[in-house]
Amino acid sequence: MLTFTFRRLIFAIPTLLFIALVIFLLLELAPGDPMANVPLTVPPEVKEQMRQALGLGEPAPIRFWKWIVQFFWIEPLNIFDHLFGTGFAEGKLRIISWQNRAPVFIVIAERIPQTLWVVGTAYVVAILIAIPVGIYSAYRQYSIFDQAGTFVTMIGFSVPPFFSGVLVIVIFAVQLRWFPSIYDTTHVVDDWDAFVFQLRQMFLPVMVLALQITSQLSRFMRASMLDNLGQDYVRTARAKGLRERSVVMIHVLRNSMIPVVTVIALGIPQVFGGAIITEQVFKVNGIGQLLITAIQANDLPMVQTLTFIFAVLIVLFNLIADVLYGILDPRIRYE
Amino acid sequence: MSDARDPRSPIGAEDEGVVAASAAVMGAEPVLLSTGARSQWLDVWDQFKTHKGALIGAAIFLAIVAVVALGPLVWDPELGIKSNIRARNEGMSLAHPFGTDQLGRDIFARMMAGGRVSLAVGLTAMFLSVVIGTLIGVLAGYFRALDGALMRFTDLFLALPLLPLLLVMVLLFREPLTAVFGVETGIFLLIVSAIGITSWMQTARIVRGEVLALKEREFVLAARSIGTPSRRVITRHVLPNVLSPIMVSATLGIATAIITESALSFLGLGFPPDFPTWGRLLNDGVPYLEQYPERVFWPGIAISLVVLSINYVGDGLRDALDPRIRGR
Repeated sequence: MLTFTFRRLIFAIPTLLFIALVIFLLLELAPGDPMANVPLTVPPEVKEQMRQALGLGEPAPIRFWKWIVQFFWIEPLNIFDHLFGTGFAEGKLRIISWQNRAPVFIVIAERIPQTLWVVGTAYVVAILIAIPVGIYSAYRQYSIFDQAGTFVTMIGFSVPPFFSGVLVIVIFAVQLRWFPSIYDTTHVVDDWDAFVFQLRQMFLPVMVLALQITSQLSRFMRASMLDNLGQDYVRTARAKGLRERSVVMIHVLRNSMIPVVTVIALGIPQVFGGAIITEQVFKVNGIGQLLITAIQANDLPMVQTLTFIFAVLIVLFNLIADVLYGILDPRIRYE
Repeated sequence: MSDARDPRSPIGAEDEGVVAASAAVMGAEPVLLSTGARSQWLDVWDQFKTHKGALIGAAIFLAIVAVVALGPLVWDPELGIKSNIRARNEGMSLAHPFGTDQLGRDIFARMMAGGRVSLAVGLTAMFLSVVIGTLIGVLAGYFRALDGALMRFTDLFLALPLLPLLLVMVLLFREPLTAVFGVETGIFLLIVSAIGITSWMQTARIVRGEVLALKEREFVLAARSIGTPSRRVITRHVLPNVLSPIMVSATLGIATAIITESALSFLGLGFPPDFPTWGRLLNDGVPYLEQYPERVFWPGIAISLVVLSINYVGDGLRDALDPRIRGR
């Protein structure tokens, strides 16, 4: 298992380098001077600094190398310095955003908590709903509950978040006035009322995201349960007189959870990607919205870094899913 | 493409010929051949008919396509372009079934124009992604030497963050392409190719799996043993037999492509303002959400209905084309 994990880790490195190269080349192939979009108000010395940070004027391979070094070495050093108060990274050039001239990672660090709160809650809510729904609709296949569940998941698949988001805003924020339509990120939770307000403003974005995730997960859970319910060991368990509850909830459920757990792990980075739209609809200023504003402002270093962070998340969770699968299912042992 | 060995095989439509050929090749069961008149597509259609959701989905999808494609013959498309300040922000009426927008343009006409673009983008992007996916899948499945490299390549593509990359691609290549091809064609080409080259991976994986299994079958061996070159084996024996998974993923691909295009337009990075697509219309309606929520509903419902019906059709097709579920 350890060798397998190690081997996967090693394979992750060329994957990440390839993705970094794709992102870099994409921005490289883009016609025009990347500095042409920097406003004239930017003083020349800052411009020079930005040029140096980007390594502009040097050949592409060297610029690529510099970016990689900044991303994988200088920025982690900065995080280390920040955590332990050391000074390893002093004087080293960081990735500078063109938009607000601050290091990209500082801006991202400011935005990440909002995204994590909304996306994380949505994911947990979705898992909590999807698993029981999946279990029950598989157990009572073709029942009314199952049919209704299938229809709702189909809708969850088909209604894109930019429509379901707008729809719930119209219903719950404009007509009923139960929840605010815009997420107030300056809100500080310091007492009970503030906490309730936080819950209320999180409700709509979480609902939209959770609907999407629930429909995928419950579909998967149902299929996985159905696969297992027909197995011989289930008949054996029933034949030896186990209660139905322990047959389904212990024998079948544990085995059905194996693929579902990996799907849950695989889905996390996708949710970050999908949250771009939900964040835009509800004006949550998380990293998704940061990406959109950076794209609109032609802030290439920010776009490059954020896209790459999304890629790192995907590769990381692929790795986690693979390892989880090996741990959970003894039949699958990669030697 | 009709098959000379089977005199009863229908000659005419291209794909019918392909299937007849494959049925004849697979026809180790002479019983099936002697019934003659029954083509495989009739079986598929019979099975498809039993899936009620798929049937309704197909009807709704065709109805929407018909309205969008034939609508301009009945309904003046100029109404959706010319602004008429005196008739702005009107509600639903006979003159304007969906009302008018803030410039007095007829929303029904705009919806039809937007639908044409959205559906065209969906179909073309799907076609592109299916072609790339099938090509890579068949090559990887059939030629063992290419398998490792191509599948690693697919894995790498699967690890790309697609939506951010799409946004970046649109941002970077919008201006040069519009300069060369003009605004409409340029952005259409950009969006179609961007969606196409970021969505072929699933098709490639499915096709590869099918081809790997098919390659070991006797009829492929027979074809190879009489000296058929690989190119002919693929086009004549392998491709017709992987048609069903390709069709299913093509159907679902339309839905994904339409959603992706709408998402891009919604984020303001798709088609330019004043160039209606469903996503763009939805985006334009958001500022008027409080006063005129219906302006957001029409495009939203159109997108959701199309995608929902396509998903049901895909579901029904999968059931109908999979012989293991076929019948009872």
